[in-house]
Amino acid sequence: MRVGLFVTCLVDLYRPVIGFAAIRLLEQAGCAVAVPEAQTCCGQPGYNSGDKASAQKLARQVIAAFDGFDYVVAPSGSCGGMIKTHYPELLADDPAWALRANALAAKTYELTQFLRDVLNWDAIAARFDGKVTYHDSCSSLRELKVKGQPRALLAKVDGLALAELPNGEPCCGFGGTFCVKFPDISNKMVEDKVANIAATGAATVLAADMGCLLNIAGKLKREGSQVQARHVAEVLAGMTDTPAIGEEG
Amino acid sequence: MTSARDRILGAIRNNLAAGGRQAEAYPGSGPEPQRAKLPPAGQRALFLRMASQAAATTDVATARAEIPALIAAYLKNHNLPAQIRVAPDPRLTGLDWTSQPLLEVSSGGTDGSHPVSVTGAFSAVAETGTLALTSGAPSPTLLNFLPENHIVVLDAKDLSGSYEDLWAKLKAQYGAEMPRTLNLVTGPSRSGDIEQTILMGAHGPKRLHIILLDEQT
Amino acid sequence: MQSTSHLFKDNVARALVDPNLQQALVHVRTKFIDKRQDAINALPEFEALRDAARDLKNHVLSRLDQYLVQFEENVARHGGQVHWAQTPAEARQTILEICRRANARTVTKGKTMVGEEIGINDHLAANGIEPIETDLGEYIIQLRGETPSHVIAPAVHLTKAQVEETFRKVHTELDPARNLEEPETLLNEARHRLRGRFIVADVGITGANFLIADSGTTTIVTNEGNGDLTQTLPRIHIVLAGIEKIVPSIKDAGLLLRVLARSATGQEMSAYTTFSTGPRRPGDLDGPDEFHVVLLDNGRSKLLGTEFEEMLRCIRCGACLNHCPIYHAVGGHAYGWVYAGPIGAITTPALIGIENATPLPEASSLCGRCESVCPVRIPIPKMLRHWREEAFERRLTGTCARWALALWAALATRPALYRLATGVGARVLRLLAGRRGRFATLPFASAWTKHRDLPAPQGRTFMAQYRSRK
Repeated sequence: MRVGLFVTCLVDLYRPVIGFAAIRLLEQAGCAVAVPEAQTCCGQPGYNSGDKASAQKLARQVIAAFDGFDYVVAPSGSCGGMIKTHYPELLADDPAWALRANALAAKTYELTQFLRDVLNWDAIAARFDGKVTYHDSCSSLRELKVKGQPRALLAKVDGLALAELPNGEPCCGFGGTFCVKFPDISNKMVEDKVANIAATGAATVLAADMGCLLNIAGKLKREGSQVQARHVAEVLAGMTDTPAIGEEG
Repeated sequence: MTSARDRILGAIRNNLAAGGRQAEAYPGSGPEPQRAKLPPAGQRALFLRMASQAAATTDVATARAEIPALIAAYLKNHNLPAQIRVAPDPRLTGLDWTSQPLLEVSSGGTDGSHPVSVTGAFSAVAETGTLALTSGAPSPTLLNFLPENHIVVLDAKDLSGSYEDLWAKLKAQYGAEMPRTLNLVTGPSRSGDIEQTILMGAHGPKRLHIILLDEQT
Repeated sequence: MQSTSHLFKDNVARALVDPNLQQALVHVRTKFIDKRQDAINALPEFEALRDAARDLKNHVLSRLDQYLVQFEENVARHGGQVHWAQTPAEARQTILEICRRANARTVTKGKTMVGEEIGINDHLAANGIEPIETDLGEYIIQLRGETPSHVIAPAVHLTKAQVEETFRKVHTELDPARNLEEPETLLNEARHRLRGRFIVADVGITGANFLIADSGTTTIVTNEGNGDLTQTLPRIHIVLAGIEKIVPSIKDAGLLLRVLARSATGQEMSAYTTFSTGPRRPGDLDGPDEFHVVLLDNGRSKLLGTEFEEMLRCIRCGACLNHCPIYHAVGGHAYGWVYAGPIGAITTPALIGIENATPLPEASSLCGRCESVCPVRIPIPKMLRHWREEAFERRLTGTCARWALALWAALATRPALYRLATGVGARVLRLLAGRRGRFATLPFASAWTKHRDLPAPQGRTFMAQYRSRK
């Protein structure tokens, strides 16, 4: 089974280990993984800022880059959701591309969703000692309806205890350009989120979206919290020897 | 100059047409909740439960003749004035109120000076514990709102399971017409406008008491 | 109503440091959400009802003209009168004329957001007619000279202490020693005051939750019973409603009622749902002598057939406000016009122009919680994006944002150049951060670093590492 990895721009730039963790998990699950060179960004910054033309251009670029794969997997609900739910809308007026957008949408998945729902795989071989909590990104939770999948996989990690995040449904306040356009509102949202994280007593917060993680880790560190933030793939793949997000090292 | 009516209707038609909007077929009014599909006894139990959940109080009378005594007892138990304004409905005014000598009974509409009203009900909906009160000569609307205490006598035979049942009853009774006012009443008046704390008795009755007349049991 | 939507950012800055507002908003985030969830858990058919409600409203909108005409005929058949108003000014004039004809001195009002939309209170007052709000929350804010901050809880921005202060200030004859600290005392005070006003009012104005075409019936939903006193006691009842409130028949109103209260307050049904058909009939002991319905367009018709049509499905339950993190943070007044929260952020640009409300659709993280709770499944995030597209096309978006977007697009559509830029960027940031792993401040990133640290990249980009591994 040929799987194309959509790395996502934030993972590419900020935290390559997540990409390698995703590859390891997919290979453990029996996939042949390739990373097309022509990918950059899914187009969300333009799409969400009203720059439809740029977003369409990028969508076509992604569609072309991932032609020929059986599946496309992204370690992000946000980028996965962009491809899966928004590309077809974005290119709806262009019949030839709409067809291709639909085809790509149908074979694109968020990482944990792909492992559980498509491969029905949970042979996790990883250890992570301690109590963690899990933040559902808005796009995973509401756009892709991903909730049980990461939890089912985390349950297979030796030594790991999951404490559910109280009031877990609200957004963390990242929202792409939202967090810099409306920094004070975003701050209130992330304040609430880290307070809830602290309330769980977990030493680590996990999520499947680098955007949320940058925001949450940045706030945790600003507040002097000892709680560490990591992408769920790092823990599932047993690649947690690198410093957590925003930590010294 | 064209009338506002013509401009609005014209704009609607033009914009629908410009958007290529086809008239959609009527899609139906959705599923009828399973919870309301019960035999009569179950409907009565559901109604009483849902009405209580909405903060109404309830009593069951097994014969029409019991009603005056039940009302007198209710008023006494709640330290309410023994003074009732009864809707000019023969089914209520015809009751033997003399059996309750301490009860001051008058009949008619209300100007707000009556502390307790007693009215009938057209029907009620078990699904949500909701009374259906229709206006008319024997059932002035203000009796449902002005007094601080509203007592409603509901004949179990008139109970509807679901809203669909109620609409059917309305149609059977009123045909293509509607009564001037149909009040669906679910519990007493309340407000949550101050710090989202629910308080009873905002403008309408502070207490809603329902006597279910169930002559079959 | 005068709008300050274009000043959203200033409004936000004030809201965030208003201690009373912040204290009051805590109640929104907890009580409404939990109660709604409990009500929905108790009704297994809820999701199917949402689908049906959406389909019903779509059906109505697709033949709105026919239903409006049918409604008008049936109102007339029962002795009532329909008045059409394309603009707020026309609606105000119609209402004023009815009031003048009746020599009205006071007008009681049930809750109507369309009334806010057309600024009816100020208009009546300016013409010597006193409008009296009767919904408890509306009454409180009228005393304070404020507007509603929430579609179903107009005074949700106030604390109990503020309400008490207002009562004491306005009702100067109140005994200072009287304890008004409990909400119950405040409620009784308002009930007592308003009862007198209800009795003497000449005209009652209410809104409408639904207009029923096949019977000419209007419907209001309240918990207090104020709407019923408003429309039953005065000689004249005026219903003020947007043209989108039409449903074909009473069973369709029943469908929407099944989702309305549950979504709004988490009740199975609100305490009072009232269906009104025409004026008092022979033999009736009460009820109004005249029954008028004012139908307002105000820009609604131009949404039909466009990508914005779906917002006309709204049944004004407030669930999107109750679940919105932006609303939770800043409350309703920051939105600057009649409709607040997510539905306000899409409705306001439609009714007053995107050029007058550009910040509203931008002020969302597009988290989608509004859509996930909307009883008629309005795709609010999609519409926020549509407005952003329109603002972008009309160059209403900020210059800085446009430049940033252009730079991003130029890089992202050229993968080789992009690799080069990100490769350099990641390494420079890593070097600058040193061993610390994050930045507390960084030039050009102050909007981020004002409130949070910026984690530093790990070093080489994924693509660079992947290529060298291959």
